[in-house]
Amino acid sequence: MHFNVVALSRLQFALTVMFHYLFPPLSIGLGALMVIMEGAYHWTGDKEWETLARFWTKIFAANFAMGVASGIVMEFEFGTNWATYSRFVGDIFGSALAAEGIFAFFLESGFLSVLVFGWDRVSKRMHFVSTCLVALGALFSAVWIIVANSWQQTPAGYVLVSHNGIMRAQITNFWAVVFNPSSVQRLVHTVLGAYMMGAAFVASVSAYYVLKGRHGSLARKSLALSVIFGALAAFAIPVSGDSQAREVARYQPAKLAAFEGLYKTQADASLTLFGIPDDARQELRAAVGVPGLLSFLVHGKTSAPVTGLDAFAADDRPPVAACYILFHAMVVLGIVLAALFGFSLWRLRGGKLYEDKWLLKGLIGSVLLALLANQIGWCAAEVGRQPWIVYGLLRTKDAVSQAVPANDVLTSIILFSIIYAMLAAVWLYIIDEKIKRGPEEEPGAQSHERGWLQAAGQLANPSGGKLSEGEERA
Amino acid sequence: MDLRVLWFVLLGVLLSGYAILDGFDLGVGILHLGARNDEERRIFLNSIGPLWDGNEVWLVTFGGALFAAFPDAYATAFSAFYLAFMLLLFALIFRAVSMEFRSKREWAWWRRGWDVAFSAASFVAALLFGMAVGDSMLGIPIGANHEYAGGFFNLLRPYALLVGALNVSLFALHGAIYLNMKTHGELQRRVRRWMWHAFGIFLTLYMFTTIVTLAEVPRALGNFQRMPWLWALVGVNVLALANIPRSLFLRRPGQAFASSAAAIAALIALFGAALYPNLIASSLNPAWSLTVANASSSAKTLRIMAIIAACGMPFVLSYTAVIYWIFRGKVELGKLSY
Repeated sequence: MHFNVVALSRLQFALTVMFHYLFPPLSIGLGALMVIMEGAYHWTGDKEWETLARFWTKIFAANFAMGVASGIVMEFEFGTNWATYSRFVGDIFGSALAAEGIFAFFLESGFLSVLVFGWDRVSKRMHFVSTCLVALGALFSAVWIIVANSWQQTPAGYVLVSHNGIMRAQITNFWAVVFNPSSVQRLVHTVLGAYMMGAAFVASVSAYYVLKGRHGSLARKSLALSVIFGALAAFAIPVSGDSQAREVARYQPAKLAAFEGLYKTQADASLTLFGIPDDARQELRAAVGVPGLLSFLVHGKTSAPVTGLDAFAADDRPPVAACYILFHAMVVLGIVLAALFGFSLWRLRGGKLYEDKWLLKGLIGSVLLALLANQIGWCAAEVGRQPWIVYGLLRTKDAVSQAVPANDVLTSIILFSIIYAMLAAVWLYIIDEKIKRGPEEEPGAQSHERGWLQAAGQLANPSGGKLSEGEERA
Repeated sequence: MDLRVLWFVLLGVLLSGYAILDGFDLGVGILHLGARNDEERRIFLNSIGPLWDGNEVWLVTFGGALFAAFPDAYATAFSAFYLAFMLLLFALIFRAVSMEFRSKREWAWWRRGWDVAFSAASFVAALLFGMAVGDSMLGIPIGANHEYAGGFFNLLRPYALLVGALNVSLFALHGAIYLNMKTHGELQRRVRRWMWHAFGIFLTLYMFTTIVTLAEVPRALGNFQRMPWLWALVGVNVLALANIPRSLFLRRPGQAFASSAAAIAALIALFGAALYPNLIASSLNPAWSLTVANASSSAKTLRIMAIIAACGMPFVLSYTAVIYWIFRGKVELGKLSY
């Protein structure tokens, strides 16, 4: 059988980066919540906040280890699979990676050990400072990797130079690279997504405890905090998404056109809620939308023309159907999460949240929605950049390693799949056990009890049965 | 100084930081299966538990700095050693997760499985690092276009395997010297015995490797003829190695550790001195080698990176010192331990 190195390398990168990205958003979001919990303990002296901070720190540590293990793969993969790309962007991209190591990773991994092992070794204050530094480190790593990624989307501050007979991008203005047109928007949106992830995770586990009647006021405190934090993130996300979409329309118009299934440049362009992109007929079939709204959102008036895919040569267009579906799925997930957390916040204010079984069940399932929204959102951003690896400068198909045969890539894909599947299973099992045991280390950590994971899985899958006390599933 | 030379030296510093710090925790991993029971294995794991993750960041930073300072060398080396790097990645993944997962369950088969994974992964990683050094010393088939023109088996040469074995013994020695500081009683006596064995094996391989290098890689001596002061590195290396048994007899475990750290740094400096100005030597035609001059980033990037390093590294060094200070002393197993 004949395999294509480009397709295989793309598949491997997608597999490894999506697996990696299961963990960092949770680190960033959970880190922020841990700062709030430990800060609350620090200022109020309430021991329950300390118990919670200790509990979530353990989960954070297990999550962080997976992030480190799967993250080092990413750094190496640029060189192993995308050598031509690495030669092209090294002058710019490499500095961001090196800065990430120096400014973020040392901070995170160093002080994480104080967080996990240092409860009895350092003062309360030093421990709190460490928690803040770890959360800050997680944020810094997001900053630098997003600067690097955004430069690929909207290159700036560079000049093309021939080096050893090959063109490459060289830096001309460091700050123009760092603050390229999309980096700030993308950073805000990504970090908000990560906060949503952390909030949904904490809300899911806490709602599970509340529903089970476990951990009393501990679970309620944790749930209230995560609902407030999650609602704030969920309301901010559409605002940041809207301003990011305007930036995409300006700097990557082909991507926006694909997101919206806009084949023809037109005034009074409609914002569709549903549609079936049809490349053959060059139109969005069965479209349901609001005419003029897209024009209004992008340019502030309904009569303004929005650039469609017909403005680009056929081989400069991203895959429309994939972009349209991914982008709309992300938007729908964002709306559902905002509704869920907004409603939960309202019920919390009314004092009814802890009795509302259906809402608690919804919150248990919300972790999977947040996970999907984060994954799908990045997929949309990356697929939308195609066929370019560096927008307008280098095509993905020209960026792979020339020295690596297809069979080597196939071998590593198979091994990654096996190893990652196994790790994911073990990780979920360990996390599920930790959650079953709970923040108070109850001696009766019954492993036969149906766990949080199963509850979340069933809620995300409507046909998976309903949640009721003591029910066993085969 | 020329910025490219500065970055060649700084990469050596980052690599030394990595080899010294992750070297001891890889060494603990290599020795891990020698522990007799579960409690001893947990002592081993917890001796490195709070530190290994930060140690590995030195490798991540080295990788990032190589990418930024010498992108062509990064691209050529990583795509040339594709399968070897994949193997290294799997080893590093297994090391990380086996430490995290192992003690979460009491089942004997579970712990045994992760123990074996942890130790095997540490061994493989140490071997591959050594082999990479060996292959770099010999040079690899690089074509005129700076692309690798060989296959996986071009890397499995006897000399590379020899340097790989040398590195395994060096890290095992370094790890045993570290464990000597972290354990007490009967376990510490056994660790000291291993240390002498590792020292014996290392010295044998060290002398053998030196002879083979002088015979097989005459290019390695070029810089020493031009810059005789480089011979001082050999002196430092030999003195540091000789100081290991001396400080052990004098019951100064900290000094023994400092000595093996200095020996590792001197070995990497010697490696750099033998390699310079090449980053990756072509075994096909010396003119096709990737050098400090033809593989580097622009002067502007090198300057920006130097500023980033100058701003960041003082923080890194100071809080690394704080964290090692917090976790000083013998290992005590407690509720928070692995």
